[in-house]
Amino acid sequence: MSIRVTRRGFFKLGAAGVASSSMAMMGFAPEAAAASVRQFKLTHTRETRNICTYCSVGCGVLIYSRGDAAKNAHQQIIHIEGDPDHPVSRGALCPKGAGLLDYVKSPSRLRFPEVREPGTSEWKRISWDEALTRIARHIKTDRDANFVTTDEQGNTVNHWATTGFLAASASSNESGYLTHKVVRSLGMVAFDNQARV
Amino acid sequence: MTNHWVDIRNADVILVMGGNAAEAHPVGFRWVTEAKEHNNATLMVVDPRFTRTASVADYYAPIRTGTDITFLGGLIKYLIDNDRIQREYVLNYTDAALLVDEAFGFEDGLFDGYDESRRSYAKENWRYQTGADGFVLRDDTLRHPRCVFQLMRAHYDAYTPEMVSSICGTPVDRMLHVWEQMASTATEDRTLTILYALGWTQHSIGAQIIRTAGMVQLLLGNIGLPGGGVNALRGHSNIQGLTDLGLLSNQLPGYIAAPAATEQSLASFLDARRKMPTVADQVSYWQHMDAFFISLMKAWYGERAQADNDWCYGWLPKLTQPLYDVLDTFERMSRGEIYGYFCQGFNPLAAIPDKNKVSKALAKLKYLVSIDPLNTETAEFWRNAGEFNDVDPSEIQTEVFRLPANSFAEDEGSIVNSARWLQWHYVAADGPGESMPDTHIIGALFHRVRELYAREGGAFPDPILNLAWDYKQPERPEADEIAREFNGRALADIRDPNGVLVRRAGEQLSGFAELRDDGSTLSGCWVFAGAWTEQGNQMANRDNSDPYGNGQTLGWAWAWPANRRILYNRAAARPDGTPWAPRKALIWWNEAQSRWVGADVPDFPANSPPALGQMPFIMNPEGVGHLFAGQSMNDGPFPTHYEPFESPVPEGNLLFPRKEKVKNNPAARIFDADRAMLGDWQEFPHAATTYRLTEHFHYWTKHSHLNAVVQPEQFVEIGEALGNELGIRAGDWVKVSSRRGYIRAVAVVTKRIRAITVGGRIVHQVGIPIHWGFLGQARKGFLANTLTPSVGDANTQTPEYKSFLVKVEKDDADHGGER
Ligand code: SF4
Repeated sequence: MSIRVTRRGFFKLGAAGVASSSMAMMGFAPEAAAASVRQFKLTHTRETRNICTYCSVGCGVLIYSRGDAAKNAHQQIIHIEGDPDHPVSRGALCPKGAGLLDYVKSPSRLRFPEVREPGTSEWKRISWDEALTRIARHIKTDRDANFVTTDEQGNTVNHWATTGFLAASASSNESGYLTHKVVRSLGMVAFDNQARV
Repeated sequence: MTNHWVDIRNADVILVMGGNAAEAHPVGFRWVTEAKEHNNATLMVVDPRFTRTASVADYYAPIRTGTDITFLGGLIKYLIDNDRIQREYVLNYTDAALLVDEAFGFEDGLFDGYDESRRSYAKENWRYQTGADGFVLRDDTLRHPRCVFQLMRAHYDAYTPEMVSSICGTPVDRMLHVWEQMASTATEDRTLTILYALGWTQHSIGAQIIRTAGMVQLLLGNIGLPGGGVNALRGHSNIQGLTDLGLLSNQLPGYIAAPAATEQSLASFLDARRKMPTVADQVSYWQHMDAFFISLMKAWYGERAQADNDWCYGWLPKLTQPLYDVLDTFERMSRGEIYGYFCQGFNPLAAIPDKNKVSKALAKLKYLVSIDPLNTETAEFWRNAGEFNDVDPSEIQTEVFRLPANSFAEDEGSIVNSARWLQWHYVAADGPGESMPDTHIIGALFHRVRELYAREGGAFPDPILNLAWDYKQPERPEADEIAREFNGRALADIRDPNGVLVRRAGEQLSGFAELRDDGSTLSGCWVFAGAWTEQGNQMANRDNSDPYGNGQTLGWAWAWPANRRILYNRAAARPDGTPWAPRKALIWWNEAQSRWVGADVPDFPANSPPALGQMPFIMNPEGVGHLFAGQSMNDGPFPTHYEPFESPVPEGNLLFPRKEKVKNNPAARIFDADRAMLGDWQEFPHAATTYRLTEHFHYWTKHSHLNAVVQPEQFVEIGEALGNELGIRAGDWVKVSSRRGYIRAVAVVTKRIRAITVGGRIVHQVGIPIHWGFLGQARKGFLANTLTPSVGDANTQTPEYKSFLVKVEKDDADHGGER
């Protein structure tokens, strides 16, 4: 009896609860012995498809997280690796992609809204409500004071040039589209993303 | 990219120039290796440094930074003089035969119509001649003195190998070898691909460098074919998507230029953008501009956008100046004219040239908002970090907010890779603390602003109060809702010209052919139409099969436009519809089925028979590729050599010696304050260029432990000759200064970066990797943009990061202990 089981296929069988030892006895051995080690690490994890956030090759990644799917139980990301099915990357990642887990877990990740008040030298934690309320007020105050209805040539322009916005070219299309819709409708013109630089 | 990552494997010759793919796009570069291994491809690198890509290349030629137009312009002359062009392609698929206005001219480095006081051209004569029928005139013998081919030949006549060598510093024999290899692809059965990146864009002549590459590829007949194309290897993971969505001061979604102040009526706006065919029977797809734009207005303003109010055209902001780009914005900010600034995943203190100028400008803001997964130098521009950021917080009155955004791993949605593939990704876990997706942050903020305007009124509230916002939870728009909106849907039953129903009201559109100009469709970005259809989310497709065995995996993700993988692919077949060569077959005409078939989705009307004579460049009114750029560029219809704004050549522009006016790009904008900060070659004798390293991504990965470990410390790369001259050995400390500031770093002295001879004089080159700053897990360092000049490309305003002047000195100060 010879049935070829790929490493990932074997992992899925394992995750489904079939004991690997009896699998081996029945001749369902995976091609790489290392699979049993990997299976151990990733058993009971959830696999999520994603794309590397760094460069525009757009390598496929699989993110493994742990924590049952029950409400209020947070998933913890424990491992990220290349997606072997991806036609460009075929499971490979470069040194940047290989470090994705450390980016997700970086001590520099922001956790809460904060403000640095004028003239001070530290951050102060504030609530989302306070942050959004204060920023919305800044927007309105500046926009109302500096909105240009007609330019010097007498053309109707309806624009606002005294607040600018730099958008993120690592964020999703959905974020980009929504941002554009809002920024343009506020009348903002000093609007760019990293494509400019 | 006109083509895509996997398609690189189909190339016979690969030129990497203005980029370093092995270092910056390592996994994509595997397809170059594949082409070498299995397609017997030749890889050539032309670069100021002997890069990681050069180290695995078949051939390397050095070049002085910023002189790429000269190198490629010389190649154009070489191809013409030696008759190494793909004649049938050039005659049929390019504008070589078209006649140009008699008044168009070029003399002493300037095109006609130059206005020195405004540093711009009138452009009115930069156009083709038209006949009585309104169509463009042509001469198929290519001998007419006003045809594009002859004008182009005359333009590059001075670009002899000797002249090119004296400007570029490339030895003549190396140059000729590269040219000869490229010329070998003028045959019907061979293709060349050109891979470039920011080494081409970040110059005051950047856009024209890329155009020169496009001209070369048209002359060689390499656009539209497998293994061909002009391929931008873009930077950030979704910089392509944000470009497609038009998040730029002068753009709307889908490559629609934003309205100018002079375009007061909707009619004038549409007339300027609706392109009707200028050669009989051509496709000229921009003729459907009205449908694209009106569908966008329906997506943004919903029921309020109606024919009798010009679809709310008046609500869009109009531009009084051509661009409000970042260089302009920071100039205005430094003059105290900007009050607020939002940085969403953007770190301008590190990314905009002349860090000291940027820092002083930010200090004049009333408020600054950073929306980011990470802490950034910009959010902490007020923090004193010693020599790395020498500011006094007590003097900085800017109110700074930082809002925690989710990272890719905690966010759902699509991103567009360099190959125009929209790939969907899913949430793996919650973000840390109270972090939120960008869509929720923007949604919540907009919702607050809208409430304020509803309650209090204020300046021009209409577009705010009436913005279409029918997301289930107004403060939390979800990715799938937004993706469906940018794809678009029918608002009424849609019928074809024969009255056949193609789409019912409420259904998702299957593509942009279903868009209408009567308000019966909405679509937030016409080029993305087809991404989320009635069949569901095409961006999540996951079939990697490759039925033709040539790398076109149409079932994996979804590529714009219309899932076409190679742009202009009609050009992969002869005018009669048969492939140029069996090994380059991609799509071809099937007479029995009366349609185009093959491995890719035709980038062409599927049922247009070859006999009709429609040509492959369907976005151009002439149907052909442009060797002559007409009025589309600010700095001339033919790319021309100009020196970087900081040039190491005392004589200036060697093509036009002693003509100060044309030393640098005469149409590039530079602010007086920035011009005053330019250095000259006597004080700053070394030609510098910035670059990046495979272990790092801009200023993010210094926050990631693994990357900080493998590439921990800032360095500067100099050649052995300069090291010997200055007594600097590897590991010594150096101080590198420009007119704008200085950095200190460890010297790496290599054979990879060499002195070159320019105009008979030795010029040393210096390489400056960019990845350090005053925050993160890596050792603290200086932001490299402390050195770079604030001047941009004449068309895009992309800053000239790749060519500037510095002075390198040995730094004997004590750097022991904690730096
Ligand atoms: S793994 Fe490397 S090559 Fe692939 S997308 Fe990420 S940064 Fe780019």
